[in-house]
Amino acid sequence: MFVGQLSQKILLIVAGLLLALPLYAGDIPTPDVPKAKAKATEEYGCVRPVADMRKNHMEYLKFHRDETLREGIRTKQDSLKECVNCHVSKTAQGTYPVFGSEKHFCSSCHHYAAVEIDCFQCHRDKPADSANHYQPSQDYQASLTSSPSADATSPVLDASPAGETR
Amino acid sequence: MQDMHDKTDQARRNFLGKLAAATGVAIAPGVMLHQVAQARSADQPATDKQRWGILINANNCADGCNACVTACEEEYGWGRNSGENEAHSSPSQQAQWIRIVKVTDRQTGYTQRMPVMCQHCETPPCVDVCPTGASMKRADGIVLVDKHICIGCRYCMMACPYKARSFIHENLHNQHVNAPRGKGTVESCTMCVQRVDEGKQPACVEACPDAMLFGDLMDPGSTISKALAKHGGKQIRADLGLNTGVRYQGI
Repeated sequence: MFVGQLSQKILLIVAGLLLALPLYAGDIPTPDVPKAKAKATEEYGCVRPVADMRKNHMEYLKFHRDETLREGIRTKQDSLKECVNCHVSKTAQGTYPVFGSEKHFCSSCHHYAAVEIDCFQCHRDKPADSANHYQPSQDYQASLTSSPSADATSPVLDASPAGETR
Repeated sequence: MQDMHDKTDQARRNFLGKLAAATGVAIAPGVMLHQVAQARSADQPATDKQRWGILINANNCADGCNACVTACEEEYGWGRNSGENEAHSSPSQQAQWIRIVKVTDRQTGYTQRMPVMCQHCETPPCVDVCPTGASMKRADGIVLVDKHICIGCRYCMMACPYKARSFIHENLHNQHVNAPRGKGTVESCTMCVQRVDEGKQPACVEACPDAMLFGDLMDPGSTISKALAKHGGKQIRADLGLNTGVRYQGI
């Protein structure tokens, strides 16, 4: 009985210490990720919801790279070139940051997470000098309308009832 | 209203068609050096319904001209256009996607010159020997290196009878947007695959309309197929039976 009370007390103390731990986590620095130039919507971010992109961007890029190189499919939504065009923006000095700098969108977070990528050993790490960039709002809306799950949220549904002709 | 739009479009199409025919350059009677390429939509894969090829007329390859090589260098940032890149590599190590080859008959002294690049073989030896599958041929006949899985073994460079491939020995910076290239991988002419996918011509062909012609070898109605059917086109090292996509006249 006595032993049981003691072990309960120890358990409570340990639990209290564990609960207190997050209080010390407050001063861990978070990465200062540069903002993209444009956004489709506040809620959805650019090409897909922000949470989805944070978790799965590498899968989308990897899938798209094989499609593009091996089959010649050149859609812009998952293109690395278009990510860079929008997400890598000029620093206060008016120049584009190189990959590896804290001001570069990709490296700011990858450095923090200690995940090494080698995309930019070959790929250009700054935007292309081209006017034909991905347009987040239009292209993203188009992709929303083509996926069945997103129909309810899409603002560009055809208002006229189907089959009605004059 | 819809009908009127259709009519306007049709009229516009006819006008553009005539304009294209009128602005074409004749390289021989009945052979026009112009082709209205059909662009695939971006979400469609390349198919084996097409096979892209280049026909080079060596007789029109002018002495002292370097336009095709310069155009390629500018488009992809190698050679004289590579800036600080490849500074430590010797000329024989530096990338060379296309070169002008001069051949002289020792007996007669007759000299010929022609551009030589990846010949985009139907049965490419580089693809045969690649241990990882990085060396590959697209459905439409364009031979490429998938640098994502290239391990830099350079077997393909050994296998290529045209010496068309280069290996990158140094870290590169500030690459051109359409030319992802880096240390430890092999590269070669891509027949300007991203331009072709947009319905444009390769940069070298655009720079030298006098001696170079690009088109679909599978379409008997294309300018290149007609020119080949009428005047023929030789392969370099035809004895290897590789059925190259790049053909030559006047060699």
